[in-house]
Amino acid sequence: MNAAGVVRLSVDGEPVAVPAGSSVAAAVARVTTRFRRSVRGEPRAPVCGMGVCFECRVRIDGVPHQRACITPARDGMQVNTDD
Amino acid sequence: MTERYDVLVVGAGPAGLAAAQAAASHGARVGLLDAQARHGGQVWRHDVRRGAPRAARKALDALARRRVEWLPQHQIVAAGRRTLLAETPQTAVRLVFGALVLATGARELLLPFPGWTLPGVTGAGGLQALAKQGWPVAGKRVAVAGSGPLLLAAAATLRRHGAHVLGIHEQAPATAVSAFARQLWRWPARVAQAAALRATLAGVPYRFGSFVRAAHGIDALEGIDIEDAHGSRRIACDMLAVGYGLVPNVELAALLGCATDDAGTHPRVQVDRMLRTSVANIYAAGELCGVGGLAAARIEGAIAGHVAAGAIAAATDLLPARERERRFARLLARHFALDARLRALADGDTVVCRCEDVALAALDGFDDARAAKLATRCGMGACQGRVCGSALAELGRFPRGGFRPPLFPARLASLAAADLSLPDSSIPDLST
Repeated sequence: MNAAGVVRLSVDGEPVAVPAGSSVAAAVARVTTRFRRSVRGEPRAPVCGMGVCFECRVRIDGVPHQRACITPARDGMQVNTDD
Repeated sequence: MTERYDVLVVGAGPAGLAAAQAAASHGARVGLLDAQARHGGQVWRHDVRRGAPRAARKALDALARRRVEWLPQHQIVAAGRRTLLAETPQTAVRLVFGALVLATGARELLLPFPGWTLPGVTGAGGLQALAKQGWPVAGKRVAVAGSGPLLLAAAATLRRHGAHVLGIHEQAPATAVSAFARQLWRWPARVAQAAALRATLAGVPYRFGSFVRAAHGIDALEGIDIEDAHGSRRIACDMLAVGYGLVPNVELAALLGCATDDAGTHPRVQVDRMLRTSVANIYAAGELCGVGGLAAARIEGAIAGHVAAGAIAAATDLLPARERERRFARLLARHFALDARLRALADGDTVVCRCEDVALAALDGFDDARAAKLATRCGMGACQGRVCGSALAELGRFPRGGFRPPLFPARLASLAAADLSLPDSSIPDLST
């Protein structure tokens, strides 16, 4: 977090800024409505908001299947959707 | 790595915070863990714009003066005798306890309906939680639907974050909601709460006997069909926040061998009046013992924390307050009972298991979760049936299946760290 209380990270290569204390999900939502594809290829996005449903899974700094809704956004994170 | 605690508390919502505080007040070495990065659980979740509620801040201040070790981002994945295996973003840790207080809370009941998998459809508490953590809702047209007072709290949060709340659609009929409201005077704090919510929500329509039949959109939500006594109509919206009440999180308790009460649609952990589960030295407090709300959770957390630290007298003093709050919970459950039509919203093509994309029709003929899982993969995905299993139980298909480790998807390295060599505690048995 920088002095302005803003966290800067990247989502699918796009720079995103979110208020400090935001989740990765909040950052992803500023770039795309689709967090992942289901096994049949349908677009999916967060549902439960509390780490239960696993619909918000994204790749964070190369690590796949991270729950965006319970992961705090941090400066410099590289987030990729649609794994 | 292994850590040892006199009292270990799982879940840092109101019940867990109260339990940690109570146990530590008697000098116990207390560990308090949560899967989330911050204290508060769901109802006291930190808001990026407004901080934590005042009651939550007071609870945290009180805790800061005690000998409580805070273990954030600890997800319990397995359990052995007097031992839990927690995964953190970096590593895995074995937590050995003398006494354990389970305060794992509840999750939302999400029911399937056509279109419910579209991006833009969330739980009601779900969108509230997302918004508190910075999810952009300003200027968005949001419909709130489902059942229970949580809808009002969710709508109020969304409005404070700048959402255009189109309406609140409560499935319970107006007669039931007003009968509930007429009983509220017995709990004056609740009256004040309700009044504050109504003030925040001035101008937002609150409809009764009204529910969402379907959601529409191509790659994301574009509109919903709302049904009420006057028929069905379509409204355009950007988000739908829909939840049908809460389901106790009993998975860890069940894995530890704690008996559950399976008389209702959703299991809850069985406890005696001192909140002892059926397993020695394991206590349960709050929503996992049956959904009872914030006040009940705080009192039960304190009771369990005292008992876990051996302070029976301090716990006994709190029993009348607990009974009073549990009466309120029964009132809620009675007046917000679900309309039978909600169990028939999903059609044969509606995906029920979102993890594995299993449609409802694929489950025809199964009356057992395990058989259905083996044949269709329903409940086999990452959420491990937390969403579809509870929904199918509510739909009257079959009760949710057994609970096996790992409780959540875990890294192989974490499971390998469930090192079985420590003499004073057994290893999680991953074979059952």
